[in-house]
Amino acid sequence: MSTPADVIRLPSPAPRFTALRTFRIGDFPVIPVLILGVITFAAIFANLLAPHNPEVGSLAARFKPPFWLAGGSTEYLLGTDQLGRDVLSRLIFGARVSMVVGFTAVMVAGVIGTVLGIMAGYIGGWVDQVIMRLTDTWLALPALTFAIFLAAIVGPSMWNIVIILGAVYWTRYARVIRGEVLSLKEREFVRLAIVAGCSKPTIMLRHILPNVINSAIVLATLMLGVVIVTEASLSFLGVGVPPPEPAWGLMLSDGKQGLMVGYWWLTVFPGGCIVLMVLSANLIGDWLRVKLDPQLRQL
Amino acid sequence: MTGAPLLELDKLSTHYVSAQGSRVVRAVDEVTLSIHAGETLGIVGESGSGKSTLALTILRVLPPAARIVSGRMMFEGEDLVTKSDEEMRHVRGKRIAMILQDPMASLNPLFTIGDQVSEPIRVHEGESRAKAWTRARELLKAVRIPSPETRLTQYPHEMSGGMRQRIVGAIGIACEPRLLIADEPTTSLDLTIQAQYLKLLGDLQKAHGLALIFITHNLGIVAKMCDQLAVMYAGRVVESGPVSQIFNRPAHPYTRALLNSIPVMGDPDKRLTAIDGQPPDMSTMPPGCSFAPRCTSVMPRCREAEPPPFVVGEGRISRCWLAEPATGGAELRVAGGVA
Repeated sequence: MSTPADVIRLPSPAPRFTALRTFRIGDFPVIPVLILGVITFAAIFANLLAPHNPEVGSLAARFKPPFWLAGGSTEYLLGTDQLGRDVLSRLIFGARVSMVVGFTAVMVAGVIGTVLGIMAGYIGGWVDQVIMRLTDTWLALPALTFAIFLAAIVGPSMWNIVIILGAVYWTRYARVIRGEVLSLKEREFVRLAIVAGCSKPTIMLRHILPNVINSAIVLATLMLGVVIVTEASLSFLGVGVPPPEPAWGLMLSDGKQGLMVGYWWLTVFPGGCIVLMVLSANLIGDWLRVKLDPQLRQL
Repeated sequence: MTGAPLLELDKLSTHYVSAQGSRVVRAVDEVTLSIHAGETLGIVGESGSGKSTLALTILRVLPPAARIVSGRMMFEGEDLVTKSDEEMRHVRGKRIAMILQDPMASLNPLFTIGDQVSEPIRVHEGESRAKAWTRARELLKAVRIPSPETRLTQYPHEMSGGMRQRIVGAIGIACEPRLLIADEPTTSLDLTIQAQYLKLLGDLQKAHGLALIFITHNLGIVAKMCDQLAVMYAGRVVESGPVSQIFNRPAHPYTRALLNSIPVMGDPDKRLTAIDGQPPDMSTMPPGCSFAPRCTSVMPRCREAEPPPFVVGEGRISRCWLAEPATGGAELRVAGGVA
């Protein structure tokens, strides 16, 4: 038996007001933002936070385990390495290296890739051909090997690493942005700008660029993880940030001999930091991608 | 009409050529038209008859596959066909403006109305942002947007369709062009807003002495708005001349068929008249008259040779063998255009 009331009562539809939906706490990646926040905080205030000098150790205090293990002390919360340097302090200063390298490299790659992507997509013709074939060639090279090759040429230093990573990863942006531009330039408002007599640079700068910034930002967040891992890999391989500078990759490399004889804290902590940071960046990127894409947001 | 026309198209042809060059579509084929300052020229035709391509040709904003293959476009004494791209850029938006088919999508969602209305002013006259905004406010007033001050700082999504339409109109007249091309500007609007917008365009035209080219497939709008009419079929102007004359005595069978297919209100017994058949595939055109396969008064001659434009009255031409002058039957090619 169904009463008229039953017939009328439809399942209540999902709330249509999307601003509320997208800012629901359930969507927001709280933990990743917290993790990245803590790492950023550590990077900025490393001088104040680190209990010891990250580059100078005391040989008397070599291979101290973390404080909760036998032989550990609260003076070195996460233990010390083979030169008696404080692991915690090195982690904190390493965050600074990872952050600076990560953000600036992503930015360098983003600027190069976005500019070339817009030019390829909007101007088209031989400009497009040249840029996209270059991109294809770039993508055919294994990124890490290519980065090592470049590092061997310019020599290891933190800023060289930034430039190398930018030079290796701009192609990802170029491809994505070019695709966006191809569809954008068929949009009516771009045509209106054309028939209103705007020059090509004006259209690219005023009408195309602001409309691809969304994608560039999302890509940047997703690339942050890739770039940080690559930086750590280069440092691990000895062609990245030069010692004694405390980079996480370098700490992994230094600690790897200790792994076999039980000095696990030399590798697990920096490794964990890399994993957490990359994972957080990816989760935030994923969230942003959904949030900034009206189609996925189901407007 | 007296004096030199503002824009004079002389045997203008635009073809689309496929990548291999094997297929050629004559989207605009030997079009000869002219329009004087202050006049309204209606261009009607079915979808795919080359109306929009003609508009894009005048502004020289054709897609890469299209080429202007021959003809001249005299605008204020200069041939637009031979102008450089950079020179053309200064014509577009400044001396010839255009309102696009879908004005609803013609606004950039990321910029305020003020920035978009003032853009042509800044591009063409190098005005400062502040000055351009002041003029943008006047323009919004001119297109009857209420409280223009607040509208200037708003974004397109905060406007209704009719309002966005009028804003696009404001962008069109921003630099006080001599010629405004409106490519089906009212198709996405409902009827009452349509009427308002048409009235607005008419008022703007009077106020600024604009010449208006109105591309549409709505013959009712043509009757209301236009002085001159050009009927396009398969890339050609098959008939042109003053609107009232064409409506009263159409010379070309296609025009006649178009006029007959307007539904008549209040006569429930009359069936809707349609033109049988489809427009021809423009890449494989039949020999002879392109309308012959659908024409009710077709003659054997129509399938063999293409009719040239015959003068059928004061400023009127018709591309039909029926319009051939009886005396001698000499082909009387029209040199001067419509007016």
